[in-house]
Amino acid sequence: MKRENLLVLLAGICTGLAALALTMLGNPANMGFCIACFERDIAGAVGLHSAAKVQYVRPEIIGLVLGSAVTALIAGEWKARSGSSPALRFVLGAFAMIGALAFLGCPLRMVIRLGGGDLNAVVGLIGFALGIFIGTRFVRRGFTLQRSYPARRTDGAVLPIIMLGLLVLFVAAPAIFRLSTEGPGSKHAPFFLALAIALVIGALAQRSRLCMVGGLRDTMMFGDAHLLWGFAAIFVTVLVGNLILHKFSLGFGAQPVAHSSHLWNLLGMTLCGWACVLLGGCPLRQLILAGEGNGDCAVTVLGMIVGAALAHNFALAGNPDSVNEAGELVVGGISMAGKIAVLLGLAVVLAVSVFNSRLGAKKNG
Amino acid sequence: MPVVMVQKELRSSKPDTLEVMVDDRCAVENITRFAGSQGYSVKTETLGTEYRLTLSKQ
Repeated sequence: MKRENLLVLLAGICTGLAALALTMLGNPANMGFCIACFERDIAGAVGLHSAAKVQYVRPEIIGLVLGSAVTALIAGEWKARSGSSPALRFVLGAFAMIGALAFLGCPLRMVIRLGGGDLNAVVGLIGFALGIFIGTRFVRRGFTLQRSYPARRTDGAVLPIIMLGLLVLFVAAPAIFRLSTEGPGSKHAPFFLALAIALVIGALAQRSRLCMVGGLRDTMMFGDAHLLWGFAAIFVTVLVGNLILHKFSLGFGAQPVAHSSHLWNLLGMTLCGWACVLLGGCPLRQLILAGEGNGDCAVTVLGMIVGAALAHNFALAGNPDSVNEAGELVVGGISMAGKIAVLLGLAVVLAVSVFNSRLGAKKNG
Repeated sequence: MPVVMVQKELRSSKPDTLEVMVDDRCAVENITRFAGSQGYSVKTETLGTEYRLTLSKQ
């Protein structure tokens, strides 16, 4: 096996193990890692939304960015860059988040949910692959967000410094943050342990270029499946781990922090996958690139955090299935506003795809 | 994406050699991997903050 395949395989296995460990240590079920959920929790912790059940300063996000930054610095790959359609990236990031929260998870959590036996994630995966397929059609037609340019180091350091600031503030004065006392936000692994685990995963993701979107995109466009090794490794590791730990539960109904409204699981992840292809990587990859000094990806992450806040302020996010007092399954799903937001997101992503493909075609002659 | 531009060029004109300038390490890796799968060897030179890749038909 080639070294780069081995590296991405190792990163995938470690990410899967980390997800299992974080869940055992206190994170919500099937949510060892979830970039969308954890950015949403941070948005809540700083008061950008007031959904009381999803507010916490998630050290996993801080650790991923800082782990990537330190590793990139050591490897000589830390490069401050920006200027590639930052405003459009902000909007695409926000809609990618709205799509992910309609499904109740980012692409990484989708893989983790698959490994837990949540069949709604199969529906999500179909939508995700469809979104990536549509996105690649536009990339082939010349879609571009234009090139980035070398920037000042201060520009490239924005997200790592924000994360460092968040870490210092949370350790020094946790009372200033809004922190959930019930619900998913209240379930978390010990702070410093989760931070340490995320630092390692951030480092591995930086070295391996691990990306949930990249694997499917590169396979569709170039027949290059090497990033899929990471995707597959996370799935197999989580699956085996859940089977050993007797946490595997196959089915659609009442899965942990998930709903079985199939159409909106599908369309939510179609929106997320499509937007992420245009952005050049999944939400995890955006964090890693922002750690490496990419100011455009920092803007994307900030767009995702704002998208998460909007999703909860306007009740756009999915509601999990539940079981009522009579023991009957109450199917969750998304509100009418959420459905409109997902459809609006698909329309916006289509418009950006069309207009920026024409731009690319003109530029390339 | 630079690798898409390389893919189009290799498919349309099937050159014996192709010189590509990129400014991103990941683009270097992507192009090197794709070129290898198409039967090209790749020589990479670092020029300041940019990279020059020379693809040659094997």
